[in-house]
Amino acid sequence: MSKRLLLSREALLVGAIILLLALVASRFPAFITPSNLANVFNDTSPLIVLAIGQMIVILTRCIDLSVAANLALTGMVVAMINVALPGLPVGGILAIAIGFGACLGMINGVLVWALSIPPIVVTLGTMTIFRGTIFLLSDGAWVNSHEFSSAFKAFPRAVILGLPVMSWIAIFAVILFSIVMARTTLGRAFYATGGNPHAATYAGINVGRTQFWAFTISGALAGLTGYLWVSRYAVAYVDLAGGFELDVVAACVIGGVAIMGGIGTVAGAMLGALFLGVIKNALPVVDISPFWQLAISGGAIIIAVALNAKATRAKGRIILKRAENAT
Amino acid sequence: MTASPRRIPDRLQSSLERSLKSWETLLLAVAVAIFVINSFSSPYFLDAWNLSDATFNFTEKAMIAFAMALLIIAGEIDLSVASIIALASTAMGAAVQLGVGTPGLVVIGLLVGVFCGAFNGVLVTRMGLPSIVVTIGTMSLFRGISYIVLGDQAYRGYPSDFSFFGQGYVYWVISFEVVLFACLALIYAVVLHKTNFGRAVYAIGNNPVGAEFSGIRVARVKFILFLLTGLMAGVAAICLTSRLGSTRPSIAFGWELEVVTMVVLGGVSILGGSGSIPGVVIAAFVMGLVTFGLGLLNVPGIVMSIVIGGLLIGVIALPRLWEKYRS
Repeated sequence: MSKRLLLSREALLVGAIILLLALVASRFPAFITPSNLANVFNDTSPLIVLAIGQMIVILTRCIDLSVAANLALTGMVVAMINVALPGLPVGGILAIAIGFGACLGMINGVLVWALSIPPIVVTLGTMTIFRGTIFLLSDGAWVNSHEFSSAFKAFPRAVILGLPVMSWIAIFAVILFSIVMARTTLGRAFYATGGNPHAATYAGINVGRTQFWAFTISGALAGLTGYLWVSRYAVAYVDLAGGFELDVVAACVIGGVAIMGGIGTVAGAMLGALFLGVIKNALPVVDISPFWQLAISGGAIIIAVALNAKATRAKGRIILKRAENAT
Repeated sequence: MTASPRRIPDRLQSSLERSLKSWETLLLAVAVAIFVINSFSSPYFLDAWNLSDATFNFTEKAMIAFAMALLIIAGEIDLSVASIIALASTAMGAAVQLGVGTPGLVVIGLLVGVFCGAFNGVLVTRMGLPSIVVTIGTMSLFRGISYIVLGDQAYRGYPSDFSFFGQGYVYWVISFEVVLFACLALIYAVVLHKTNFGRAVYAIGNNPVGAEFSGIRVARVKFILFLLTGLMAGVAAICLTSRLGSTRPSIAFGWELEVVTMVVLGGVSILGGSGSIPGVVIAAFVMGLVTFGLGLLNVPGIVMSIVIGGLLIGVIALPRLWEKYRS
């Protein structure tokens, strides 16, 4: 029964995306040309990567509101490293970005695991601390396009087999984490800690440590996205990706990830991100002002959550509703 | 998630000992320490008019924090308060363009706040959706509506007697906002600590199922709390708009974090069930003193937010570290 529900959620999303594309294409057929669709996918790649990380965190009954600040801080760090050491190859930059992002994620993870501080408080705090640290590092100055090395800027734009490297990174992340979540013990541990933490503890899974790894993975992916973002837009500044964490949570919620934990798939997160990406790219084409974007994503979150709740509600009367979701 | 072993003490602490070891006392000590440090670090601090200016830093946020404290004690959260301020302010600005006078503006501000709170309340209590995601959605939705209406413009031209709320003084240095803050603090303290409604709030936060079966109408109480939060956001919108004299869609950006910080700093557990209004009052002073003191030292706003973020995490982490160190 539940497998059918999950299948239908992804199928519904694919249907909704196709419907959106059809709607836009009816007026502007140029929108669904393969090159434009590839552009939309490329544009949404950072959101896809972040949504995967956030999905894992939400699975374990936590939330990570610091991803955008993590992204911005890591982006600024690699930007400044590139300015100071232009000879460093892109592979080294990628390693630094992922490592540094993972360290920032570990800070969140340690506070949640060792001190049992509620994740929303931790990530609210680290969000402002990371953002402020960008200012301390850069003193408010921007790193501009001409200051980057050309290798730094060229890497995500290099086209292989018709798609830019950034899209391939997103595709690779989706495939990798689909395998991790479905086939490895760590992946199953994520689902177990979110689904029923007490049972997971008695089954031998260390709930705190699993949440620690969830935050670390989320941080590492945020670090990777930091490099991609800074390189793609060729600029690094304090307010980079401001407010983006809301888009990431929206993508997860639209993709069917339950905030109560335990339910969600990588495919769902990707489709949720794609849904938001298609809307964002379609708005200028249909001549709706970008000021509508915020309200639309807010409305999409609310509708998605309502649909989520309807789908997971069990049939029959529940008299101890809170106990059903209790820890 | 194993619980720490509970120790039953041989002798209960005396009432004086208990109040000395309470969170509020610790916070009061911190507030006094900050006051002393500030007086030494800047010669401009101990001036009556400057201190009165300092109060504007926290009075509006504290008004919302009172209602938010009740909501968090009951186990919910409302992250859309800043966006309700934006929407209420936009509505008042639009009314000004239509020639509405000050009494009408006040009514409109309050009504929009209540309506937004009711929207949140219906989604959470009637449809049973988790409040954190709903309010993340309405946060985007409400501010998004403001952006749609205003774009990158601003509303100006508020009537001159409207500015009394945010800029008027009742007696010497005592501003209207401080008086309003004090009255609201008193009202909320009485409601939370002395009335049956307040006890119901604590009961719901500690054990919603038990509360429901004890005859407390949990859904109705929660709905009222969301209405109150919206109403307070409306009150804050009136004060803030009156103080600024104009309305932009980005008004009060990021305030929801500061309100939650104020509430958590005041000793309210983010998981619900415990907290007090005097704690929130002292926390409001602490945050106001810190931001004002740092401002006198020309610290940039974004570095100030590092301090606030660190304060939020530190204040929760330190007691837990102390517990671990002791055991």
